[in-house]
Amino acid sequence: MDNLLSVITFLPLLAALIMAFFLRGNDLDAQRNAKWLALLATSATFLVSLLLLFGFDASDTGFQFVEESDWIMGLNYKMGVDGISVLFVMLTTFLMPLVILSCWDVTTRVKEYMIAFLLLETLMLGVFCALDLVLFYLFFEAGLIPMFLIIGIWGGMNRIYAAFKFFLYTFIGSVLMLVAMIAMFMDAGTSDIPTLLTHDFASDTLDVFGWQIIGGMQSLLWIAFFASFAVKMPMWPVHTWLPDAHVQAPTAGSVVLAAILLKMGGYGFLRFSLPMFPIASDLMGTFVLWLSAIAIVYTSLVALVQNDMKKLIAYSSVAHMGYVTMGIFSANQQGLDGAIFQMISHGFISGALFLCVGVIYDRMHTREIDAYGGLVNRMPAYAMIFMFFSMANVGLPGTSGFVGEFLTLMGAFQANTWVAMFATTGVILSAAYGLWLYRRVVMGDLIKESLKSITDMSKRERAIFAPLVFMTLLLGVYPSLVTDIIGPSVGALVENYNHAIDDGSTMAAAAAPVQH
Amino acid sequence: MISADFSVVLPEVLLALYAMGALLFAVYTGKDKLARVLVWSTSAVFVLIALWIGLTAGDAQTAFNGMFNDDGFARFAKVIILLSAAAILLMSEGYMSKRDLLRFEYPVLITLAVVGMMMMVSAGDLIALYMGLELQSLSLYVVASLRRDSVKSTEAGLKYFVLGALSSGMLLYGASLTYGFAGTTLFSGIVQTATEGHLSFGLLFGLSFIAAGLAFKVSAVPFHMWTPDVYEGSPTPVTAFFATAPKVAAMALFARVVHDAFGGAVSDWSQIIALLSVLSMFLGAIAAIGQTNIKRLMAYSSIAHMGFALMGLAAGTAAGVEAMLIYMAIYVTMNVGTFAFIIGMEKDGRPVRDIKSLGMYSKTDSTGALALLVLMFSLAGVPPMVGFFGKLAVLTAAVDAGMTWLAVAGVIASVIGAFYYLRIVYYMYFGDEGEGLDKNGSVILWVFLMGSAAVMVLGVFNLFGIEGAAALAADSLVN
Repeated sequence: MDNLLSVITFLPLLAALIMAFFLRGNDLDAQRNAKWLALLATSATFLVSLLLLFGFDASDTGFQFVEESDWIMGLNYKMGVDGISVLFVMLTTFLMPLVILSCWDVTTRVKEYMIAFLLLETLMLGVFCALDLVLFYLFFEAGLIPMFLIIGIWGGMNRIYAAFKFFLYTFIGSVLMLVAMIAMFMDAGTSDIPTLLTHDFASDTLDVFGWQIIGGMQSLLWIAFFASFAVKMPMWPVHTWLPDAHVQAPTAGSVVLAAILLKMGGYGFLRFSLPMFPIASDLMGTFVLWLSAIAIVYTSLVALVQNDMKKLIAYSSVAHMGYVTMGIFSANQQGLDGAIFQMISHGFISGALFLCVGVIYDRMHTREIDAYGGLVNRMPAYAMIFMFFSMANVGLPGTSGFVGEFLTLMGAFQANTWVAMFATTGVILSAAYGLWLYRRVVMGDLIKESLKSITDMSKRERAIFAPLVFMTLLLGVYPSLVTDIIGPSVGALVENYNHAIDDGSTMAAAAAPVQH
Repeated sequence: MISADFSVVLPEVLLALYAMGALLFAVYTGKDKLARVLVWSTSAVFVLIALWIGLTAGDAQTAFNGMFNDDGFARFAKVIILLSAAAILLMSEGYMSKRDLLRFEYPVLITLAVVGMMMMVSAGDLIALYMGLELQSLSLYVVASLRRDSVKSTEAGLKYFVLGALSSGMLLYGASLTYGFAGTTLFSGIVQTATEGHLSFGLLFGLSFIAAGLAFKVSAVPFHMWTPDVYEGSPTPVTAFFATAPKVAAMALFARVVHDAFGGAVSDWSQIIALLSVLSMFLGAIAAIGQTNIKRLMAYSSIAHMGFALMGLAAGTAAGVEAMLIYMAIYVTMNVGTFAFIIGMEKDGRPVRDIKSLGMYSKTDSTGALALLVLMFSLAGVPPMVGFFGKLAVLTAAVDAGMTWLAVAGVIASVIGAFYYLRIVYYMYFGDEGEGLDKNGSVILWVFLMGSAAVMVLGVFNLFGIEGAAALAADSLVN
């Protein structure tokens, strides 16, 4: 198939359109049809995307499944995947059917809800497949619209504030990126990402309104991209939208947000910041490493004092994303492998944790940790699964969480030992808040009157968790499933990066005597 | 010679004759009873002339010794003006007749205003410019106060008139200075007076005053004060008209003057326009936040949008003009749709303008709410809506011209502006249920609303080919 990526990307959109135009009424039948159609579409997308995985040649470090056609304003519609992006596509298609299943009990505006998620899937897949700057931006930004509506319409009590904060925060980050993209377009004369990856952006010191910008154009572009991806990621100190958005979003929205949307930031760093602006990345590397270390320690501490379960997990997400940025900006094979691995694994684990919260929220309609306790007595299966994912979140060896943390820490250790040392304390802290949360919610005696009649997980709920448990274990015991695919592409990236930095430093050395 | 000249201005002549003929005919026959027919026939005439101008694209011609230009740029602007005017006329019919405002003078005045606008975009001379501008403005002053028994409407008309006269005065002052220092009123003569890319001191003064006068017409900050009041006071269809065709005409005229008359000194005027642009974008974005009246909100929104269009102009390049034209075409399409919705906002037959009344409108009319949602995101410039590509075009032009600071300011303003568009979405989809609105029953309004929203989504494929036409138009102006 020549246009496999387009098929994968737009299949959910097609289903959304069918739903919008041909599904009438709002009775129970229509609601059921909408859910089944959405499940069918997302499952079909997953099955089609398996073709992509099996057809992918990991030893080729270039882009594969490339398709290209003309678009407007000198832009191209160009799609393609390489070792870095292919797994994100898989992660998305894998999780979406589970997300749809998890909102089976929604009763308000079911059709619109399903349409929003299908739309979101198309846009997320587009981000990972796009090989044109503006096409990437289009998918990246457009994703805000369905998410804004998901939080706003189906969210919790304080959803309006959260929806606006989410939208405006991420919007202001990404518009700066837009200007940077235009500048890149002007500089290189093309918006084609593979070409831009080989383009050398100037790194001579620039004078902007009397300020000496070291790293020149690269630094400015890097900062603009950083503004976008750091907010999306989210990195400390621009992470504050995430806890709000998570707490107010419906369960399925939280899952998508944590498991997939956050990964766009990390993916952006890998696709743009590191390979396109290596000299700027090198300059700012230490800064980002320290930000990551602060994020890991600080947000872990903040997570300790939360009394809202979702907020706690949201802060834990920020901490785990700290490992990702740390791995990326260590800029070595282990760090980058670890970062990608951590993102994939976090997709499963955090998604599952939010689903765990969703399970009891659906029953008790509260996320307060104090409202629970001793659930193990009434919900043994739930206790089991929640424990498994808590442990995975903590990074227990044998689960995928361990591999990601270990690799990123190893990468960071080579780049900056102090940062690695600080970040490692985060591992202990994550055990502290993870286990403490588990103890308060699940263990102990069941003394709360309201919990006496709580029921264990239904078959549907178990069915959602089964694939997640499987993947977490599989990647935990056999991580080369992932690293074999990403390894060659990451290797090529690291090699080019080091090349560019060596070139930059020899040029600087050669230029230095002239200045004096 | 004369016949050759007239063949160039034939569309304008025919339209003017049509207006006079319609006026005489209506006065001596059915008067207001004919208004309905006139509205439809005028729209038909507009569309026909637009087709004529758009499809018979020949070489650029000038008439009356260069006072009148018929080039690709003028044609592009004229087509947008005519089509948007036709759309607004059709949209106003139901609203006006329901409120007993539908007089036969209305379509006639609109026609005359359109003739003025067509003169403006074709002007090749300061006198021709002023004639077109005044013909347009005088007609607009009258339609602004069409609702004679309403204080707000007459106030709007008066305010518009007084401030418009002031701006005309400034423009005339600038024009006379320009004439004094250049020795000619012809653009083609003025453009030769620039030496080494700069204007003489007197011409610089002339340029500044002309720019101030034109900034009034496009409602760019700091000459925007009339906009919210006039938008609010005028009958809603008239507001819709103000927001579309005259803006295109004034913006095109602006481009015409700075490129044709002062094209030799780009660096002199691009700073003026850049300043107007950045002020408009920020004021439009910030001042709209506090508005609860949707017409005032749209007034500030149009100020912000004019700021963006001016950004394209500030670039001072052919790409900039092209971007500006694309932006204006998209802006007009969005506004037609949005105003189709606003005109239809009513409760028990009374017009409602408070945005809080949109509370949970999505439950009353899910299709209409969805269309407005698309339009709002498009106005905010969020991809994949077409509004984004307008912004992309002007930002690209600005960065290309080395005005990255302006582009950065623009995107920051657009984020601030996004807030109030989002607020409308918020009211419709997850706000409190307010007094509620009736479902819009007018077929015409519905068609325009849906059409405009569909364009905003489907345009993502190729912008309906407007890019090529705009590029041709820009080339004809700048080269």
